[in-house]
Amino acid sequence: MTFKRPYSAGLAALAVGLFAATAAYAEPTVNKGDNAWMLTSTVLVLLMTIPGLALFYGGLVRSKNMLSVLMQVFYTVCIVTLLWALYGYSLAFTGGSDFIGGFSKAFLKIAPEGKTILDAQAATFSADVNITELIYICFQMTFAAITPALIVGAFAERMKFAAVALFVPLWVTLIYLPIAHMVWYWPGPDAISAALKTFEAATDKAAAQAAFDAAKTAFGDDAGFIFKKGAIDFAGGTVVHINAGIAGLVGALLIGKRVGYGKELMAPHSLTMTMIGASLLWVGWFGFNAGSNLEASGGAALAMTNSFVATAAAAMAWMFAEWIVKGHPSVLGALSGAVAGLVAVTPAAGYAGPMGAIVLGLVVGVVCLFFCTVVKNALGYDDSLDVFGVHCIGGIVGALGTGILVNPALGGTGVMDYTIGKIADYDFVAQMTSQFWGVCTTLVWSGIGSAILFKVVDVIVGLRVNVETEREGLDVTEHTERAYNM
Amino acid sequence: MKIVMAIIKPFKLEEVRDALTAIGVHGLTVTEVKGYGRQKGHTEIYRGAEYAVSFLPKIKIEVAVASDQVDKTIDAITSAAKTGQIGDGKIFVINLDHAVRIRTGEADAAAL
Repeated sequence: MTFKRPYSAGLAALAVGLFAATAAYAEPTVNKGDNAWMLTSTVLVLLMTIPGLALFYGGLVRSKNMLSVLMQVFYTVCIVTLLWALYGYSLAFTGGSDFIGGFSKAFLKIAPEGKTILDAQAATFSADVNITELIYICFQMTFAAITPALIVGAFAERMKFAAVALFVPLWVTLIYLPIAHMVWYWPGPDAISAALKTFEAATDKAAAQAAFDAAKTAFGDDAGFIFKKGAIDFAGGTVVHINAGIAGLVGALLIGKRVGYGKELMAPHSLTMTMIGASLLWVGWFGFNAGSNLEASGGAALAMTNSFVATAAAAMAWMFAEWIVKGHPSVLGALSGAVAGLVAVTPAAGYAGPMGAIVLGLVVGVVCLFFCTVVKNALGYDDSLDVFGVHCIGGIVGALGTGILVNPALGGTGVMDYTIGKIADYDFVAQMTSQFWGVCTTLVWSGIGSAILFKVVDVIVGLRVNVETEREGLDVTEHTERAYNM
Repeated sequence: MKIVMAIIKPFKLEEVRDALTAIGVHGLTVTEVKGYGRQKGHTEIYRGAEYAVSFLPKIKIEVAVASDQVDKTIDAITSAAKTGQIGDGKIFVINLDHAVRIRTGEADAAAL
């Protein structure tokens, strides 16, 4: 995901008004290569969720709860897809306030004046390079869908389906959309780049200064809260992973432990499914990370490279650490490490250099292993599938690591400053402060907001099934089906 | 007539079948079962969660033989299923009152 926002007729008009005297403002056209890559990326991200995440999670639960997990993930994809089209996209990706957008594009009313929705364009990271807005909408839709689907792993095997059905749309509306807006909404580079060109071309700098300052102010004001803080998050470390991870922890704490937790065998019913799911997650994640570049360019290739090497490094780190500490290299350990690596490289994908990404992967593999074993056991919470330990902790490692690894001195790309038209000087303290703003805002917003939503859902339909239902398994009791009839 | 019931290690099934065929036993019923004896269980670890698995997978075979075949049958199973390690299993012999071959109606010794 990205810091891009749909091309807007208003901005174009502003730009034309400001610079008509010196430069004609050419309306960008979309590049078919970029469009093709983004269409591909969009379906790759859907592949991550169904069947990737569904099988990854499904294999980890007991066979009596397999269908309940598959259903919760599939339901989430469908319901979020619908609300994204109705109002979600508009609230996340239109201007309004620092914290939430408006309803101007509700019901996908995106057609430019006098044109159709096929002509609507969305900005990318490059000035005057746009993609078709409908593709951008679908791409972002898949991100909105996978995020709440990640949460269901935390309260798997004991949550009522009615509670999931109510919680997911509430959470997306009140937690995800504001965070997505805060992190990713910005006005796009077109207007500010045009203003910069005009200013540089002006012979009378003093006279041009006022117009350029006005453009800079307009550019700086029209963005989300965390974006303005300068936090960088290439593909959604905060919006997706920290956001879902902390919500999962809150859910696991509020709903309580599974019956028999810590006493009975709760071994994964099919690590084969988990292997298939984790591998599909990795494949689909190239759409997630490299797609977040929005253009089929070198930036996408960098994100792809990082998503390869960080993932492999994290899988190896987890596997070897477990081998050393526990005496055996486990399949589930290697798979969990891979997912942790994907999570951590998500915010860094387009910013870190490949060697930095390897270091990030090695670190996150060990840190997440520590949280999923030592810390979880010490605190005693039952986060069924380690949504907090992998996604929240991995997301935090990634968000902070991105602030370090973006440094050009460490092989990173640096951060583009569109008001000067080049890479800004790297400032460690400033960048890490920005990253902390992103992490802490997300933790607080999602942590507190999710707690309130879980309580509301508990009052309306009840969060948890009764003990007999839980013993029998959710598949037969909630869905009247069995995953395996033999 | 007797039923010879044996609980064996799963990977020994083919060898036991071959041994029984060699002594002229031509029928066998196999069931996948779980249980524990002196071998007790083992430990499985999933993301740091350690589970003591007390029921181990075993194979239960049941074969109906004439009374004078029992010792040969026990010898065949014992020699084929033995590894010398704890957990090789057990053999139980149970009296069998009556047997019928469904297709022909033959009874007892003729039905085996």
